[in-house]
Amino acid sequence: MTGAPISDSDVQAFVDGRLAPARAAEIEAWLAERPEEAARVAALRQDRDALRAAYGPIAAEPLPARLVAALERPPAPAWRRVAAAVLVFAAGAAAGLAGGYYGWPNEPERRDVVRAAIGAHRVFVPEVRHPVEVAANEEAHLVQWLSKRLGHKLKAPDLTASGFRLVGGRLLAENGRPAALFMYENAAGQRITIHCVAEPRAGETAFLYRKVDGVSAFYWIDEKLAYAVIGTVEREKLHEVARAVYAALEKK
Amino acid sequence: MSGVRALVLEQVPALRRYARALTGDRERADDLVQDTLARALSRLHLWRPAASIRPWLFTIMHNLFLNERRRASRMVPLGADPAEPAADRADSRALLDDLDRALGQLPEEQRAAVLLVGVEEMSYEDAANILGIPIGTLMSRLSRGREQLRRLLDGDGRPRIRRVK
Repeated sequence: MTGAPISDSDVQAFVDGRLAPARAAEIEAWLAERPEEAARVAALRQDRDALRAAYGPIAAEPLPARLVAALERPPAPAWRRVAAAVLVFAAGAAAGLAGGYYGWPNEPERRDVVRAAIGAHRVFVPEVRHPVEVAANEEAHLVQWLSKRLGHKLKAPDLTASGFRLVGGRLLAENGRPAALFMYENAAGQRITIHCVAEPRAGETAFLYRKVDGVSAFYWIDEKLAYAVIGTVEREKLHEVARAVYAALEKK
Repeated sequence: MSGVRALVLEQVPALRRYARALTGDRERADDLVQDTLARALSRLHLWRPAASIRPWLFTIMHNLFLNERRRASRMVPLGADPAEPAADRADSRALLDDLDRALGQLPEEQRAAVLLVGVEEMSYEDAANILGIPIGTLMSRLSRGREQLRRLLDGDGRPRIRRVK
């Protein structure tokens, strides 16, 4: 028996089963005389067990492929990181263009862009009567309007070679910033959207792929715009469309 | 995969579990894990092989989580969803929802302490190091967090979660 006063830390260590047996016995004796405190300690243990039971199975799940891929990919060579840093510095942008090497942007701001783009896709694609604000028959006006609002020259790429024709577009408000959405449709009625938003940090990334609840997105940054091509078509088809969009935008 | 990467891979299930409980959101959790892995790989040269890799990875994750929270705090919180009757949902799902909701009401610093010690079974010393606080502070966060959790799960006239089963 140490006889030391019983502190709150002792009680926590007792809950966690981390006390030396002698000290644990003292706490037990102490609790035996205090039924209310004993009930509280029992509840703390039950809560801890409930947390383990609820979150434990997550550790037994198969790992998402993107996490395994993040570990398999070789780290970016030092010269490439240096080049990226120089590019960012030269552009006068905030530090840290590290995203893109692992298939999904590592910077939260960029991820928010993809989330917002997928969200807009989900909201507007099921619309039957008002999927767009300005329809394809006013394409020139649409592109001019959205370019003006985003402060960058935009383009509604011609995707007929991939089987998609322009439905129209709309202006979106995302975190207080204007964004543009172009919607396309194929003969089967499948719709894809192209999402554009100004990217304050200039840069360039490879295509990044993300799938959330059945909606897929290819995302990239080119100069000062971030693009996402979004749809529920299969990945290969969407990739083809994304490449077509990229190619169309290259031809200024 | 090299030896060190294999060691990191072994920790991914625990990192996912902790991130999921900490954020209350599956997708955000895996984003956090992915960021953690990317940062860990870029800093492997800073890891001392004599030290256990687990606390090191959790420390990286904790710092990334704080950064993300600081950024997200600029957005307006929407508040918790109103509680649905637990009986309408599958038991395991109901348990997870109830705990997500209760954990979400704890201050983050207490939530992290409760999870690192209670679920991840970190030593008090490791947990304190991960959070960058003295052990005394950890114990006090742990105690307050657990007590508030007990009240949350007891309170509101709702049955305690384990009686919902």
